[in-house]
Amino acid sequence: MSKITLKVNGSTHTVDVDPATPLLYILRNDLDLTGPHFGCGLGQCGACTVIINGAAVRSCILPISSVKGEITTLEGLSSNGKLHPLQQAWIDEQAPQCGFCQNGQIMTAKVLLDKTPHPTDAQIRQTMNNTLCRCMSYNRIQAAIKRAAGTVADASPVGEKEVLA
Amino acid sequence: MIPAQLEDLLSTHRRGFLKSAGLLFVSLAAPNSRAADAPGPYTLVDPRKLDSWIVIHQNNTATFYVGKTDPGQGTGTAFRQLMADELDIAFDKTACIMGSTDITVDQIGSGGSTAMERDSWPMRRVAAEARRVLLEMASARFGVPVDQLSVSDAVITVKADPSKRVTYGDLIGGQKFNVTLNGNNVNSVAGKAKTKTIPELKIVGKPKQRDDIPGKVDATTKWNVDVKLPGMVHARNVKPPYACAKLTGIDESSVKNLPGFIKVMSKGNYVAVVCEREEQAVRAARQLKTTWEKPATAPFPSSEDLFTYLRTAKPAASAAPAVVGNPDTAFSAAAKTIEAEYEIPFQGHTAFGPAHATADPSNGQMTIYSNDMKTYGMRRGVATFLGMPQDQVRVVYMPGSQGFGRTAAEDAACEAAWIARELGKPVRMQWMRDEETAWDTKSPAFLVKMRGALDAAGNLTGYSYEARSCDYNHIGYNEPDTTLIAQLMGQRRTKVTEGSASVPSDMYAIPHRKMTGDVYALPAIWETPLRTGNLRDPNGPQASFASESFIDEVAAAIKADPLEFRLRLLQADTTDDTGFRRARSIAVLKAAAEKYGWDARPNPRPRATGKVLNGRGIAYSFRGQSMVAQIAEVEVNRETGHVWVKRIVCAHDCGFVVNPQSRRTSLECGLLHGLSRSLHEEVRFNTEKVTSVDWITHPTLRHADVPESIEIVVVNGDPNPNRPDLPLYGAGEACLKPTMAAVCNAIYDATGIRIRRVPFRPERVLAALKAGGV
Repeated sequence: MSKITLKVNGSTHTVDVDPATPLLYILRNDLDLTGPHFGCGLGQCGACTVIINGAAVRSCILPISSVKGEITTLEGLSSNGKLHPLQQAWIDEQAPQCGFCQNGQIMTAKVLLDKTPHPTDAQIRQTMNNTLCRCMSYNRIQAAIKRAAGTVADASPVGEKEVLA
Repeated sequence: MIPAQLEDLLSTHRRGFLKSAGLLFVSLAAPNSRAADAPGPYTLVDPRKLDSWIVIHQNNTATFYVGKTDPGQGTGTAFRQLMADELDIAFDKTACIMGSTDITVDQIGSGGSTAMERDSWPMRRVAAEARRVLLEMASARFGVPVDQLSVSDAVITVKADPSKRVTYGDLIGGQKFNVTLNGNNVNSVAGKAKTKTIPELKIVGKPKQRDDIPGKVDATTKWNVDVKLPGMVHARNVKPPYACAKLTGIDESSVKNLPGFIKVMSKGNYVAVVCEREEQAVRAARQLKTTWEKPATAPFPSSEDLFTYLRTAKPAASAAPAVVGNPDTAFSAAAKTIEAEYEIPFQGHTAFGPAHATADPSNGQMTIYSNDMKTYGMRRGVATFLGMPQDQVRVVYMPGSQGFGRTAAEDAACEAAWIARELGKPVRMQWMRDEETAWDTKSPAFLVKMRGALDAAGNLTGYSYEARSCDYNHIGYNEPDTTLIAQLMGQRRTKVTEGSASVPSDMYAIPHRKMTGDVYALPAIWETPLRTGNLRDPNGPQASFASESFIDEVAAAIKADPLEFRLRLLQADTTDDTGFRRARSIAVLKAAAEKYGWDARPNPRPRATGKVLNGRGIAYSFRGQSMVAQIAEVEVNRETGHVWVKRIVCAHDCGFVVNPQSRRTSLECGLLHGLSRSLHEEVRFNTEKVTSVDWITHPTLRHADVPESIEIVVVNGDPNPNRPDLPLYGAGEACLKPTMAAVCNAIYDATGIRIRRVPFRPERVLAALKAGGV
């Protein structure tokens, strides 16, 4: 065990744990930051994604001793009670189904838009391709990213004509 | 730490009423005490009491309690729409609590896309009854007959004197209705009130945003995996390294000095490790030394040999064939006979989040925190497994990773509960990725032999469908003796569930038909990672892949346009039209074709010369009364074998729609799941174990696979203008059914090559193209 200090979402925390512990367990179990989820523990699915130094990082395979820099979790995305534009776009597009993967989708999309404010369809597909969703809410997610980026409005609205045929 | 929402819910429910304004899903204050202090017993809720379903608060809001679970299709929001409309209260003044066994009436939970079709009816009737009772109360208060009152947004007004008005909250807020309902079971529960007719509904039928989404994107939702209890410890399983292996030894010294180690738990072939912290349990489970004896005979053939096995084995169970006309005569008189065999492998549920449950044994009771879709079945299963009275067990439903049927046959709850009782402590059990992918329940593999008899004029006069499904000992809904822990501990059912081999759903009027479905068993049916369970529209995609690909083959054989050929078979002279399915089948096919811009011609198209070959395929089927036609447009890369479904059109008719928004998103997700199963998903195994263990070895659809265009065509309507009300049918599951066939038919159109085995992974497609000289 060793004492390790982390800065997360603007707050500083010190934990006394095995330095090999993956960051995900510290965030969820010690800091009660349950936005990041366990999906695979292998860095394959993206459910555990957090942002460190502007990069989307898979916290399930990152030993806490290797963390260098401030961590942002899904909890840290909104500011002063106002949702991040991506979170609002996620609601507007009704993106999630079960929602269990959406932490990774939103955090990966945030890094994409921070680096590329107006991504092309191909850039969205490429950047998001290793962030998995078993409900297959992919096209809603892609529409939400475009909405947040202001590149395309609502991809598929439900018009009144569809209310009852 | 108990999620505040739950704490609020449980603590207030004991008093029968919510202590605050009701909108629990947005009011997530800091938790302050334990829910588990509800001492039990945890009896079921009486569906014949109006108070079991609806609570009106003093601030004129309402909370609805329903025994359903919502994995993300938006049924909770839809129930609010239906009940708010019947009650005459604004949608945003309502909340819906779902699926916890001692709080909400037993409506089973979710499954089979039955939420709107079946389970919403008692909710509508009880909400209408609450409105009726409130109007009677107002009538007594004002001394005017009910017919001289009007009600809008939970305010009752005397029509002749609008200054006389009273809110629902003023009438009954904080008090009980004390009204007893009629009905022999939960589905027939009713009061005296009639439900509204479709034209009277104001909230139903309008798109509403799902109420669960904000919390899922701003991290305020408390998920099942987030439950934290005082004194809680963490457990991880140690699975047998080989299927059906016998445990011969555990070397506890290999882990007993690890930090946080508490105990190795074992009985029969079941092994788990318990530690203080989660990462400690993960490490200890990996590090525990165990020895196992392989079974004397292989538990199953390898996935490469599975279909050879199915061709040569003897059936374990057979159903009587469904016969129309005289198919044998049709085949013996045929001018031409067409035959083809289709293969569908085992496909996993592979839930995105591995199995999870937290069990709390406080007060000699057992509380399970779970996202199980059938919580009431889980309660019975856990109680029976532990030998506890059912009223000492409750299941608290919380959001979790969707499992498409996996959580109807959940494993972690019995594991957590058994360990929790043995240790006398709350236990959080979670599976690892390799366990979930290898050992979850599987959708049965199918081998289907199709035959068609054509007369001299090219008419399809005879049709034969022979399915062999690998589905023996099918897992049902949380039976205590079929969960994996029970099997590993040696429990066996005396009567094995035979499983099923479904026949296709279509309305083709082929004069002579024979359809059979036989179930086959693998050598091992217990303690096996190839346990079969219900995966979203169980058996439907398999049966439709064979039947709708074959109809395409027949159309190609007579050089008919595949759409025109289907319409011809549907429009043949017949009186069979249950639920107007024939008319509605024709309607969805025509609607899909119109949206797509279908160019009538036989498949395949003349082969193009470029690197990428384009084609389009159509398929249709129905589930219950929900009709679906799909057209897939594919690009096939002849150099790599990669298939991209570039465009998909889905024409869909599920009757009356409560929330067009969530209906649309459910269909989008559902048909993409169908695409994933068409293009990627297959469980691989050798003769010792399942080798699909993660997202590399059991791949799934990804962002880059998504079609450029997904077009949902709403065909809902009823061809009978005299029908007084539009029925509601299930939306979600039906839309997976024809997808595999639509993609198969499109690949054939593009390449001239018929690939009769899913998934259409690049290596399989490339091999088929090369073998066909493409």
